Amino acid sequence: MTGGPNQNGDTPSPAADVDLDSQGAALGLVVDGSLSQGVEVRLDPSASVEDVKVGAFVTIRGDNNNFFGVVTDVSLGTTDPRLKHTPPQVDNPFIAQVMSGTVAYGTISVLPNLIMPAVMGDSHEGPSAAKTIPPHFSRAYVASQRDVEAVFGQEDQGHFWIGSPLDMEHKLCVDLDEMVKRSIGVFGKSGTGKTFLTRLLLVGILQQGQASSLIFDMHSEYGWGAADPENHRFAKGLKQLFPARVSTFTLDDDSSRRRGSSTDEVVRIGYGEIEPEDVEMLRETLNLSEVAASAAFNLQQKFGQREWMSKFLALEGRDSVFEMANEIQVQPNALGSLYNRLSRLKRFDFLVESTRQDAANRVVEHLDRGQHVVLEFGKYGRDLTAYMLVSNLLTRRIHNQYVDRKEEAEGGQGREPRPLVIVIEEAHKFLSQSVASHTIFGTIARELRKYNVTLMVIDQRPSGIDSEVMSQVGTRLTCLLDNERDIEAVLEGTPGSRQLRTVLARLEPKQQALIFGHALPMPVVIHTREYGSTDSYEQLSRSAAGWTAPALGETIETHEERLDREISELFPEDG
Amino acid sequence: MTLDGSPPRRVGEVVEANSASFTAQCYTLYDAPPLGCIVSAGSPEIYGVVCRVATEPLDSSRPVLARGETAETEEEVFRDNPQLTRLLTSRFEALIAGHREGDADRHYLPSLPPPVHSFVYTCSPQEVARFTSRLDLLRLLLNSGPPMADEVLGACLRGAAVAHDDSEAFLLRAGKALAAELAGDLPRLNSILKKVSP
Ligand SMILES: Nc1ncnc2c1ncn2[C@@H]1O[C@H](COP(=O)(O)OP(=O)(O)OP(=O)(O)O)[C@@H](O)[C@H]1O
Ligand SMILES: [Mg+2]
Repeated sequence: MTGGPNQNGDTPSPAADVDLDSQGAALGLVVDGSLSQGVEVRLDPSASVEDVKVGAFVTIRGDNNNFFGVVTDVSLGTTDPRLKHTPPQVDNPFIAQVMSGTVAYGTISVLPNLIMPAVMGDSHEGPSAAKTIPPHFSRAYVASQRDVEAVFGQEDQGHFWIGSPLDMEHKLCVDLDEMVKRSIGVFGKSGTGKTFLTRLLLVGILQQGQASSLIFDMHSEYGWGAADPENHRFAKGLKQLFPARVSTFTLDDDSSRRRGSSTDEVVRIGYGEIEPEDVEMLRETLNLSEVAASAAFNLQQKFGQREWMSKFLALEGRDSVFEMANEIQVQPNALGSLYNRLSRLKRFDFLVESTRQDAANRVVEHLDRGQHVVLEFGKYGRDLTAYMLVSNLLTRRIHNQYVDRKEEAEGGQGREPRPLVIVIEEAHKFLSQSVASHTIFGTIARELRKYNVTLMVIDQRPSGIDSEVMSQVGTRLTCLLDNERDIEAVLEGTPGSRQLRTVLARLEPKQQALIFGHALPMPVVIHTREYGSTDSYEQLSRSAAGWTAPALGETIETHEERLDREISELFPEDG
Repeated sequence: MTLDGSPPRRVGEVVEANSASFTAQCYTLYDAPPLGCIVSAGSPEIYGVVCRVATEPLDSSRPVLARGETAETEEEVFRDNPQLTRLLTSRFEALIAGHREGDADRHYLPSLPPPVHSFVYTCSPQEVARFTSRLDLLRLLLNSGPPMADEVLGACLRGAAVAHDDSEAFLLRAGKALAAELAGDLPRLNSILKKVSP
């Protein structure tokens, strides 16, 4: 006798006669609750409190709706308060068995977030936000793979398997189509798995085939790959997994060669490409005063964009700088400090007087071919100035091209540029309150995907990001954070942030993430999909092989078209 | 009901009945069904649970006297006073726990108690198992009032368990049903459970 008897102890539990494939294990009955606080489920004697964990998914069968929710609390209850003072004879197994689940029982609190579509698998009708709760005595079950799929989507071209819900083997998928429509944030303190999670997302974006990505690879870990000392192995990068669809650019040729990374292009940047706006953004890193930084605009006016930097740095001696200051009417000391700080850039070997090839154009050419571009920084990744300078400069130029093309396309000429996701690390440096308002990254974050460009920001100090920018980050994936201000910043503007706060602070220190935002029907904690084992590579590249990206210009199948096609493939018409 | 597996048999006759219980007199002295035993009376059957067994003088105005002072054994007492068996009688009282209506068991009181002189039978194990497949009788017994109700209940469950194929499962189910009834009275629950614990 295993199925929990109900109160009268005389009818077998209905769970016994339901198809087990479509339904998880029975948990218990709804006995109390409210929409705001969630419902209380009294556990069947057969379900142990120890097997139910906070964050786990539960489905509740109401009279007319199936509810999908998450366990927010687990507690112990008793019908007789005397139990606490005079515990029954639990050394008698019979008595213990009788008592557990009857006078002494477990309860779970479930927040029913969603109402599931009535017809499972009907793609037109996704889950909707729950505006009511299941009635008394509705039965609750552990959510099954099918339930999870009905809510988060089934693994397919648009839905990428990113991990599994807590304590479940099921695959949890994210809707990448939705996700890349707005900016994405990957947060977490150091060593929690941001890079691995980002690698997975990038593989997903690559497979999904609707967007290109441009990765400013600070630590040179996304292109060729990097050692994973903790697992005693090497974590492959995109180029190794998908050599034909990824182009690697490098700023530091030597480093790339030493690491065995096969690079497609070496990036050189001419002084003429550096604009006063870049200097503005580097103000903090270069420790420049506002006046000093703005002097660059005067220089630009004097010498013109292509020349100002090289002419300025060609000045020799203090006197000539001061003379120049007089000439362009800026404070001599300010110009002097600008001169000193900018002279530091000279040690960057990738900065040259003039280049034949324009790096931004080269990147765009590769992107146009449907390639994903990784720019490896090599040794310059250790220099924040170099990282910010190059990312900002290239992004600005690429963004300009996208703006032009998008406008042309809207005017009826030419094709729309392929959607682009730009990946940056140390995002708070680019998006801090002081610079976000006038740098290209702030602009991109704010204009959403008006010009088909969105950001993927990776950061361990989300509190440093301007809150207006943060509010534009559509989907947030956050690994463990322990700084209060960071937690607050990440959860800001999210409904239910109070409950999420406890969840976030309780994440495992590695390979777990809380993900939420507009691409997800509800917040969920995942155990991030394994990345780095031979099996994982095989799975990742196998699904990619099955879903070849549509050729450029080819219209991309809509969800309905895909369904139609799949149906006709399954049931070909005669003849 | 036969704890020893013997076939159902007629054990007596109703001599007094009310809505909640009936009293039967045994045909044979000391041949009453045991405490907690499920018996049936009348037709259609009315089921009862034996809650009190007594052996007493037939004529209550003539109290029984001690007679064995000179006897060696207890048997000798009866051998020397053969009239004794005629002066004494065994009676038992059963709490009504349900009745039969058509093809179905009803686990509530019948509209009328069994008529006096109805024959009273023990039940076959199948009948016991069938009648106790629902456990509403627990509630009746718990609320029946006699000071020994819990003892009767314990005895009844122990006896009924034997009639079920899986006695342990039956006891567990009964235990859980009891726990639901006595959710607010743990000490009482505890004491009954100790009586039925296998
Ligand atoms: N999905 C995963 N599969 C396998 N291992 C993982 C995964 N996620 C995290 N790890 C393990 O956790 C370690 C740290 O992850 P990762 O390098 O991504 O952290 P990080 O947040 O990027 O750290 P940092 O801030 O220092 O860059 C990895 O070296 C790896 O061993
Ligand atoms: Mg990292």
